[in-house]
Amino acid sequence: MLAFLLRRAVQSVLVLAVVGLIAFSMFRFAGDPVNQIVGPDTPVSERAEIRRSLGLDDPTLVQFGRYAGNVLRGNFGISYQFRQPVAALLAERMPATLELALCATVFALTVGILMGVYCALRRDTALAKLFQAVSLIGVSLPTFLIGILLIFLFSVTLGWLPSYGRGDTVRLGWWSTGFLTLSGLKALILPSVTLGLFQMTLIMRLVRAEMLEVLRTDYIRFARARGLTTHAVHFGHALKNTLVPVITIAGLQLGSVIAFSIITETVFQWPGMGLLFVQAVQNVDIPIMAAYLLLVAAIFVTINLAVDLLYSVVDPRLRLATGRAA
Amino acid sequence: MSAPILTVRDLRVAFETRAGSLPAIDGVSFEIGRGEILGVVGESGAGKSVTGSAVIGLLDPPGRIVGGEIHLGTERIDTLPPERMRRVRGRRIGMIFQDPLTSLDPLYRVGEQIVETIRTHTDLSARAARNRAVDLLAEVGIPAPERRIDGYPHEFSGGMRQRVVIALALAAEPELIIADEPTTALDVSVQAQVITLLKRLCRDHGTAVMLVTHDMGVIAEAADRVAVMYSGRIAEIGPIESVVRNPRHPYAIGLMGAIPTLTQGAGRLAQIPGSMPRLTAIPPGCAFHPRCPKVFGRCRVERPEPIPVGTEPGGIGTDPARIGTSAVACHLYDADAAGGAAPHAEPLQVR
Repeated sequence: MLAFLLRRAVQSVLVLAVVGLIAFSMFRFAGDPVNQIVGPDTPVSERAEIRRSLGLDDPTLVQFGRYAGNVLRGNFGISYQFRQPVAALLAERMPATLELALCATVFALTVGILMGVYCALRRDTALAKLFQAVSLIGVSLPTFLIGILLIFLFSVTLGWLPSYGRGDTVRLGWWSTGFLTLSGLKALILPSVTLGLFQMTLIMRLVRAEMLEVLRTDYIRFARARGLTTHAVHFGHALKNTLVPVITIAGLQLGSVIAFSIITETVFQWPGMGLLFVQAVQNVDIPIMAAYLLLVAAIFVTINLAVDLLYSVVDPRLRLATGRAA
Repeated sequence: MSAPILTVRDLRVAFETRAGSLPAIDGVSFEIGRGEILGVVGESGAGKSVTGSAVIGLLDPPGRIVGGEIHLGTERIDTLPPERMRRVRGRRIGMIFQDPLTSLDPLYRVGEQIVETIRTHTDLSARAARNRAVDLLAEVGIPAPERRIDGYPHEFSGGMRQRVVIALALAAEPELIIADEPTTALDVSVQAQVITLLKRLCRDHGTAVMLVTHDMGVIAEAADRVAVMYSGRIAEIGPIESVVRNPRHPYAIGLMGAIPTLTQGAGRLAQIPGSMPRLTAIPPGCAFHPRCPKVFGRCRVERPEPIPVGTEPGGIGTDPARIGTSAVACHLYDADAAGGAAPHAEPLQVR
């Protein structure tokens, strides 16, 4: 098990190194950095001086090493547009994104699993068919359209929920949370639903399909033959077996919820990292873009690792398999 | 003979499909007594497993019982509401499935599954149920049961898993066990062990067993009586010695003839030409007549009903499904009809 963990950790580091290389190469891709610092009249000698003082004459590999070292120390450079350290900018906006992603994931998982289980167990009811139809809409409508429709319905027409922003937030140390105020919670609802809707329908369809599959297996038949209650068969045996593959998908989806919160944050003017990234793209603010890329990669890698661990907790067969491989 | 544990009367099961109602089981009657093992044999699709599923009330849709009665002891069980029937399953009827590798839930320890079954049907405390589970595992021959009880199914071999499945079927001391091809998925060397175990357990507990298999060797080894099924009907039923050594129905003769023996020499194995009709195309008259070497005119138009045969006391003239009687559904043995003009009055010889 330990060897398995170590191997996965090494793989994770490799992935991050490659992403780091891509992030680093963005600086060069967008043109000569010196041009972005100096004015058009700056003499060539001065440019060379700047180039030398910034270490831009060094071999690319040395420059990458320096960049990686800085990143490891939490130094992502200075934002071109804000003239502030990128790390501070991201840290300031991270709570908003993470809280939004958390709510969206909780919404997607609970509602998705509940609807999926219902659709599997009561396959022929009208409600199950309605869920199926709704899930098709959820899968096919683009996120920004869902967001705009929700705003139109709940903010403009009904006036129940705010259409943008986080509402009032409370600071807990460096973390600003919207969970502790009523306006903060209300502001979370629409963006969370918008962000989680796609994952919810995905999870619902996955749970439904998996559970129907599991309900056909021999051990479920045998569980019935043992005279277990329907409740025990469905929720003790069928659901638990259904969740094994769902965990992987849900884990990966959590990563994409954070990564793709860009659109939702733009629609709802949510002051998170996604909105920061969109602004960075518009202003060619490469340090922010590079840092965001690295951050998202790190989140994905961490979630993957967590999913692997969770897997072996749920499924004893994998515990053995990984133990053997070790 | 004491009252039978299981009585099946004229059971009929149909699969409702778009093509209409297909008769999977068409008028099957038999009884199983206390501590008795009834072997049910036949080709794939003969309705053996469907009969077992019907008895335990686990027919998969679109299959459903459309006629007949099933009695467990004195209680009629085919009409019980689902919740009452659930209490019968596991408590009064245990079941063993074909593939022990897939019969156990892979995510739970075997002990958890046994305890779960015991506590569903009894009032035992968790601790008492666990003790009983250890005893059960010991009884089915699992070494070091107090340690193995905390193992997961994948940590057991196929034979050991089938033992666990048997322990699960026995968990609440049922009166009847339906064993659906319990050895088919096992190694030959393990098959004999499992059959011996099954025999010993039902002798010790007085449990009746319906042993569904297509393996004549298993039947010969374990069964007290045997029912030969063909196309959803019982072709012949009777004590094991009489059906195996002296089969009467042409299909049973063909089936027994297909068993290789040590003395037979190394020629081609005997086989019955053709294959069993599909449910959508069961021929009129006797379903076996297109393949029957002894076919005559009446077979093509009139379906044979079970006729009591044999010399067991009280056999002739009583209900053909009764314990101890032999019955064969074949016009060859209908002595009354056509003034005894059936072409073969004497029992057919096994070649």
